[in-house]
Amino acid sequence: MASQVVPHEHEVTTLKHHFANDEQQKDASTIGMWVFLVTEIMFFGGLFLAYFAYRQAYPAAFASASNKTNLWLGAANTTVLICSSLTMAMAVHSASVGKRKLLVAFLVLTLMLGGIFLGVKAYEYHDKWVHHEVPGYHFDCEGCDDAGHAPLFFSLYFGMTGLHATHMLVGFVILVILIFQSAKGKYTAKWYTPIEMFGLYWHFVDIVWIFLFPLLYLIDRSKTGLK
Amino acid sequence: MSAHSTQHGTHQGAEFDSDHGSNHIVPVRVYVAVFLTLIVMTWVTAFVSTVDLGRLNVFVALSIAIFKASLVILFFMHVKYGTRLTKMIVLAGLYWLILLLFIAMADLWTRTWMGVPGR
Amino acid sequence: MITAPPPVHVKKNYLNEKTGLKSWLLTSDHKRIAILYLIVVTGFFALGGIFAGLIRLELATPAGDLFESNQYNKIFTMHGIIMVFFFLIPSIPAILGNFLIPMMIGAKDLAFPRINLLSWYIYMLGGVFTLYVLFTGGVDTGWTFYTPFSSSYSNGYVVAAGLGIFINGFSAILTGLNFIVTIHRMRAPGLTWFRLPLFVWAHYATSAIQILGTPVIAVTLFLLVLERGLHIGFFDPAYGGDPVLFQHLFWFYSHPAVYIMILPSMGVISEVISTFSSKKPFGYTFIAFSSVAIAVFGFLVWGHHLFVAGQSIYAGLVFSVLSYVVAIPSAIKVFNWAATMYKGQIRMETPMLYAIGFIGLFTVGGLTGVVLASLGMDVHLTDTYFVIAHFHYVMVGGALLGYLSGLHFWWPKMFGKMYSDVWSKVSAVLVFAGFNLTFGPQFLLGYMGMPRRYHVYPPEFQVFNVLSSAGASVLGLGLLLPAVYLTWSLKYGEDAPPNPWGATGLEWQTQSPPISENFEVTPVVTHEAYDYSTVQEVVHIG
Repeated sequence: MASQVVPHEHEVTTLKHHFANDEQQKDASTIGMWVFLVTEIMFFGGLFLAYFAYRQAYPAAFASASNKTNLWLGAANTTVLICSSLTMAMAVHSASVGKRKLLVAFLVLTLMLGGIFLGVKAYEYHDKWVHHEVPGYHFDCEGCDDAGHAPLFFSLYFGMTGLHATHMLVGFVILVILIFQSAKGKYTAKWYTPIEMFGLYWHFVDIVWIFLFPLLYLIDRSKTGLK
Repeated sequence: MSAHSTQHGTHQGAEFDSDHGSNHIVPVRVYVAVFLTLIVMTWVTAFVSTVDLGRLNVFVALSIAIFKASLVILFFMHVKYGTRLTKMIVLAGLYWLILLLFIAMADLWTRTWMGVPGR
Repeated sequence: MITAPPPVHVKKNYLNEKTGLKSWLLTSDHKRIAILYLIVVTGFFALGGIFAGLIRLELATPAGDLFESNQYNKIFTMHGIIMVFFFLIPSIPAILGNFLIPMMIGAKDLAFPRINLLSWYIYMLGGVFTLYVLFTGGVDTGWTFYTPFSSSYSNGYVVAAGLGIFINGFSAILTGLNFIVTIHRMRAPGLTWFRLPLFVWAHYATSAIQILGTPVIAVTLFLLVLERGLHIGFFDPAYGGDPVLFQHLFWFYSHPAVYIMILPSMGVISEVISTFSSKKPFGYTFIAFSSVAIAVFGFLVWGHHLFVAGQSIYAGLVFSVLSYVVAIPSAIKVFNWAATMYKGQIRMETPMLYAIGFIGLFTVGGLTGVVLASLGMDVHLTDTYFVIAHFHYVMVGGALLGYLSGLHFWWPKMFGKMYSDVWSKVSAVLVFAGFNLTFGPQFLLGYMGMPRRYHVYPPEFQVFNVLSSAGASVLGLGLLLPAVYLTWSLKYGEDAPPNPWGATGLEWQTQSPPISENFEVTPVVTHEAYDYSTVQEVVHIG
């Protein structure tokens, strides 16, 4: 059976035995990762449905609750995450041209930017806690219209950003592993599939936030302006 | 590394059609252009939300978000340069998300259409 | 009768190549993983069956004399959860699909063998949670977990049960992912889409449903667990929540889930009917596309579970129409199977008996589904025994019979042994008769108004209930027998030739049981599917 990779005596082949050639294996990995991302789309989708359902039912509550979030922090955090997507794309690029040091550098940058994002989120969560905006724990939405339904907004806020943050944390763990492996030279221009697959995952997490930002932070800001 | 698999020899997966090589390297300037667009649109969406457009606000916000997401999918995630199958999978995922959201919301939107007691 | 001569020594195959517990628990061989699934899925089926037995025992009398209401609620809940999530959904894909799909497409294994093993371990973990629920007192919400009862008022172990199903869902997702990638990218040279066995088409459609639907129930249960733990109010009217939203989210998956359960069975039936008629399936392309159509349309009808739940009338109307439409692809299959048998050379082997039973019973189940799809009828029939009879006809008369048919069809390939003809045919007849006696009367009970999920009923319903419980004993016996004779065959059965049934398909061109790599040389496919002129007849006549 023909195979494009003929392992030399000391060369470790990255081609698994049930695949015929590298391209089939890489393509299978890419499709597999995308199918997984589709499941993630549907997973988050359920939460988005709950969001739209309750925003439609209680628009006043959602608007005034949303205004309690810090628009600047949200926008800045979105910027940080988009930067991390750029550095991740650059990491994949570096791997594809075999530049090991750049690959490691960009992965580390991605990790740091992600860390900043989570740090800001932690600050925001703490801030909400302090202002009694966590449902179930002495909840009190000060000055909110239709305050009786405000907890629904905040539940969705914590639920959706919490799920997003969990995905980022999982991404962190994998990123750390990838950084160590890249530093050791495991990825070459010929085979860097895990980097690319992780890149897909990371970009997906970014896309979720691209939707979360306007939906959670930007409901009806015309009253408050850019506060 | 080979760009296309044109062999129909005696190996598995020879039936698969790679109309694009999986090794297309996207130039860095494309990444930078996409990045800058994403940043600009982020701030645009923030500013637009402070303008009262009534019911249009949510549509504008979602449209911008969809545009940004498309850029990430097409360029950062290489779907523009990927196989037909990859594109199909992405579209299927998005289509099913729309199904879930739209049909369920259709129930909620039409609940009050008919003046039936209790409905 | 043609028998293979007794072997001097057993040839090398995937079963005996490596021995020891570790070689099984750490295997990446799809065939061994299929066997691992076979063992645990059978165990869960037995457990679910015990609960069914308890239900029928209680319902033999009108009074609630065997169990209290609360206990009865837990019994039918556990029956539902175990049967749906731990038997019906995984059975054919994880056992027969895992074993056969790589072989049918001429591949050495699935695309991601280690993820396949991970799937099994995740299934086991989900099973552990569910058993925990079972042993600590059960959950009483019904397998549908409707809020706000499940989120606010139930005293059962809702969180653990929800987690068990949540985890189990990932097993299904990973299996579906594996199948999709494998079928797209690992086909042998010459094996175009329209040369694929219909079994593969069926699993492709099933896998698509699993990928698109399972995550939604995962997030739904996640929200339920959050609400129960933190009293958040997503689904609680007291906080402005909407219980109907839960139902939308739940049924968005759970309706397509029933197609996950039936499509693989239909794939089996296509193979079996064709083989035992020695005729290629009538309308191959229609059957293939109908599988995809069922997968697509199946996602558009979930609101028919919400007709009386408070959904808008307009949504109800649309869902009703779509529910009629979704019956069409299934009907196409039934017509095609019948046409396949017409003027074929029919051999009434055990798999064929189950397949013919399937066609009749699935048709009844499907037609009664159309009755329920009618908004007006459903108002009266919902939550009655009519619904229970309907879904048991499609799930047991359909999916289970398909599973048994497939198990009996591919058993010689999987284990290299033939089982007893007489006993397997007796079983099939008992299952068919017992099943009809159990669930036929339930249509009448439902029509007469007996509600579901009650263990107390008015005395005028007793006659049919007693018939139903009697039928359940017969059904139980019929299902117990395979456990005996199939196990017996492993040691004492005569050796199976490569192709005892005269079937087409790549899996029948290898030895029984197959070698670990499936094929010595990767096959090259040069002819259409179901080409019986090329089959070498080593036909087992029983």
